[in-house]
Amino acid sequence: MSTQEWSTGPYEYRTQEGRMTILGFWIFLGAEVVLFSTLFATYAVLFGRTADAPLPGDLFEPGITLAMTFLLLTSSFTCGLAIHNMRAGSLKGLITWLIITLALGLGFLGFEIYEFVHYAHEGATLQSSAFWSAFFVLAGTHGVHVTLGIGWAVLLLIQLVQRGLNPVTSRKVFVVSLYWHFLDVIWIFIFTSVYLIGMVV
Amino acid sequence: MEKNTKHLPVQHIIGFLLSIVLTLLAVWAALGSDLPVKWIIIAIMVLAVIQAGIQLFMFMHMTESASGGGHVPWNMMFHGFVLAAIVVAGSLFTMSFGFTHDHDGDHSGHGSHQEEQQMHD
Amino acid sequence: MKLDEFFVTGEPLIYGGMVSIVLVTSAAIFLLTYLKRWGWLWQEWLTTVDHKKIGIMYILSALAMLFRGGVDALMMRIQLTFPNMNFLGAQHYDEIFTTHGTVMIIFMAMPFLIGLMNIVVPLQIGARDFAFPFLNALSFWSFFFGAMLFNVSFVIGGSPDAGWTSYTPLAGAALSPGPGQNFYLLGLQLAGIGTLATGINLMVTILKMRAPGMKLFQMPIFTWSTLVTTFIIIFAFPILTVALALMTIDRIFGAQFFTLTGEGMPMMWANLFWMWGHPEVYIVILPAFGIFSEIIATFARKQLFGYKAMVWSMILIAGLSFLVWVHHFFTMGAGALVNSVFSVSTMLIAVPTGVKIFNWLATLYKSRIQITTAMLWALAFIPSFVMGGVTGVMLGMAAADYQFHNSYFLIAHFHYVLIAGTVFACFAGLVYWYPKMFGHKMNERIGKHSFWWFLIGFHVCFFPQHFVGLDGMPRRIFTIIPEWMPLNVISTVGAFGMGVGFVIFVYNIYYSWKNSPRETNGDAWDGRTLEWATPTPVPFYNFATVPKVSGLDAFLSMKKKGETTFDETKLEAIHMPSNTGRPFIMMGILFFASFALVFEWIGLAAVGLIGTLIMMGIRSFDYDEGYYVEVDEIKKIERTVRGL
Repeated sequence: MSTQEWSTGPYEYRTQEGRMTILGFWIFLGAEVVLFSTLFATYAVLFGRTADAPLPGDLFEPGITLAMTFLLLTSSFTCGLAIHNMRAGSLKGLITWLIITLALGLGFLGFEIYEFVHYAHEGATLQSSAFWSAFFVLAGTHGVHVTLGIGWAVLLLIQLVQRGLNPVTSRKVFVVSLYWHFLDVIWIFIFTSVYLIGMVV
Repeated sequence: MEKNTKHLPVQHIIGFLLSIVLTLLAVWAALGSDLPVKWIIIAIMVLAVIQAGIQLFMFMHMTESASGGGHVPWNMMFHGFVLAAIVVAGSLFTMSFGFTHDHDGDHSGHGSHQEEQQMHD
Repeated sequence: MKLDEFFVTGEPLIYGGMVSIVLVTSAAIFLLTYLKRWGWLWQEWLTTVDHKKIGIMYILSALAMLFRGGVDALMMRIQLTFPNMNFLGAQHYDEIFTTHGTVMIIFMAMPFLIGLMNIVVPLQIGARDFAFPFLNALSFWSFFFGAMLFNVSFVIGGSPDAGWTSYTPLAGAALSPGPGQNFYLLGLQLAGIGTLATGINLMVTILKMRAPGMKLFQMPIFTWSTLVTTFIIIFAFPILTVALALMTIDRIFGAQFFTLTGEGMPMMWANLFWMWGHPEVYIVILPAFGIFSEIIATFARKQLFGYKAMVWSMILIAGLSFLVWVHHFFTMGAGALVNSVFSVSTMLIAVPTGVKIFNWLATLYKSRIQITTAMLWALAFIPSFVMGGVTGVMLGMAAADYQFHNSYFLIAHFHYVLIAGTVFACFAGLVYWYPKMFGHKMNERIGKHSFWWFLIGFHVCFFPQHFVGLDGMPRRIFTIIPEWMPLNVISTVGAFGMGVGFVIFVYNIYYSWKNSPRETNGDAWDGRTLEWATPTPVPFYNFATVPKVSGLDAFLSMKKKGETTFDETKLEAIHMPSNTGRPFIMMGILFFASFALVFEWIGLAAVGLIGTLIMMGIRSFDYDEGYYVEVDEIKKIERTVRGL
């Protein structure tokens, strides 16, 4: 292991370990891009294969979808503000914005759960057709990622309260912020290629 | 380390506003415009790619030199998206050819030409 | 569930397997207790984060899997020797060809190569460990428990029987009910986590932990092949993860991805499987290329010819590997355009591969070749692999493929590339780096015996299969017609020749441990790259002082200048990671969860999953920062191992 350290720049980049972890996480995100693209490919190939279940255009609601999108977009913005505060050395600002981010994330999840339950009532479930299987697994995988992200960030909040800002906690928070922004990137594509196209076609 | 507590995070605010505008533009293109479906799909996918770029460059500091990561983050994201294009477009290309839904005017079912599944390495 | 549904019953061979498992396990437990080695096992191995020990555990597991897959192969060959053999029933035969393929690719070839990478790559680049040693241990245990989960299927629940490709709808819940196929899905899923993590870990290690001065284009070629391989792993394995997950959801939760009902699309599985599966082929062949390049350069006593061309051809192969997957199912009937596109891209791969072949030949040209065992494997690889490559181009022609498809011609082709490429490389690499790992060479005389048995056995086994394939013998049939008998008899004889070669190889490990002279300095073969600069046995921190690198073949120039990796004036305290049992425990819990999910005991699986998440949470709160090895201790260790 390397112990090289730097005395300038953001905390998270000051140790070799911090730099390697963040780099490793970027590489992991590269793998995540492919993971989601496989789900997108499956969704695209199975598009229109609804069998006897309702059509997506009949169930998708622009209002809810747009609300979810704005919640997640705003949470990505507040997450960026959290990192901005962290780099400015403000632990309080970091914690505040992080909690707001998680609240918005929870709101997103609430809508998603409501949406899934609603679709199930209308007769579109995981089992009802190839299309709906692909839909639920694609959106659901994103939802599981969001859930894990919330749980992970809560653990980090506890550590921030316990230990304050140092190279290790900064690195951890920075990594979780990358993850959170990345989930928004994925959501943009779900919003566009699943919901918007589903409502158009 | 920048001690710019007073400074507004200008980049983030611009990115956020742009994201909202792009989202609304996509919604308008999809639900409010009279464009042909093909053009709607192309337009909103382009908007999505731009928005993803905003997240990556303005929020995630992908090209930040302080990271010491050099080109690696950018490189992995770029290749990830190339792979994504290959996986999605390649699957559609491979799985839609020869699988027309109403071959020979037979409307009985989709994908009725999949009986001949042979195993092959 | 009744006990006789839980355990597999009614097959004498499987009862034999059960008895031998019980015997071997009790013998191991008895020996560990009798010799009071439980503490040693836990402290030295199960909790280690040392890349060299993890590598050795990978290789030992891979050898065990090679034995298991090899026994499967011999049983298949016995069954196919004569028409109407009654050695295996059709069902048992199906299970065995499925496990043979899966075990050999996923649980033998990959871990063997990853094991060699574990040991060699940090040493070649002058690093003291992986970038993330904890994660490395986690990767190993995920592979290990994945392999155990898959292997336990033959005595508990029943083996999967839909082929290693597990095409739907055959592998779906409707046509393959029961736990067998679930073992395949979850065993691979569990092992796949570790493979992806290793890919990321190695990539960061190579990018960030090279010795000062070592540029990317000055890295040893095996390290380069590893870097390219990790790139493929990172981008290909997520596809497998998703494909396996989708089929698991299909089977256990009733989704309709690959089903014949609900407008599912069974061929989408084949599409996804091969999108991963073709890059996977290169994941197991590129490191092999790297190993052969190292060995050929060392024993031809020359710098590798065309180093840059070698690197670029690997990068090109990696890129192309993602663009050819449809050639595995040309006969699906996707149409002339699709097949033509993938036919052309397939044949393109022959170009960079050809470049590599010529570079090896040019390295050998006019050199003073030392015929060691490792070099023999490398020399045998070149012509044997070219034969597999040529049949590969034949199979790549879509129109001709309709004739070759699913026949023994195909079987011959991919065994020629996988055995002559990957398996030869595993043996060669193990022989070559053996002195670095264990402090003594493998016996050369016995090694050459094992080489000749294996090489001749290999050609006798697989060469006739080209012809029996062209005569119309399809793969995955459990009995043959009389016309195919003569060639099949020859083939079976060859298979047993390979078996003898393997047994001699394993005997050689024992014999050399007893009899080989111990290494006195670390440079067993007069090597060229940094791994040989370390003393043997390699201290746990690898390099007391990390050398400054200024070109290719770093150790060669160090030797000329009289430098070593122990410069007393430059010693500093070395930071090392602490051992930990958590990777073992975490993956043990995930094994439990996967096992429960195999039998569709959802509640228990959820408990296991929550346990895994709790372990991850504990890890998050772990601020253990390792420890320092002080200068005095380094001096003491270095003086002992260097005999100063």
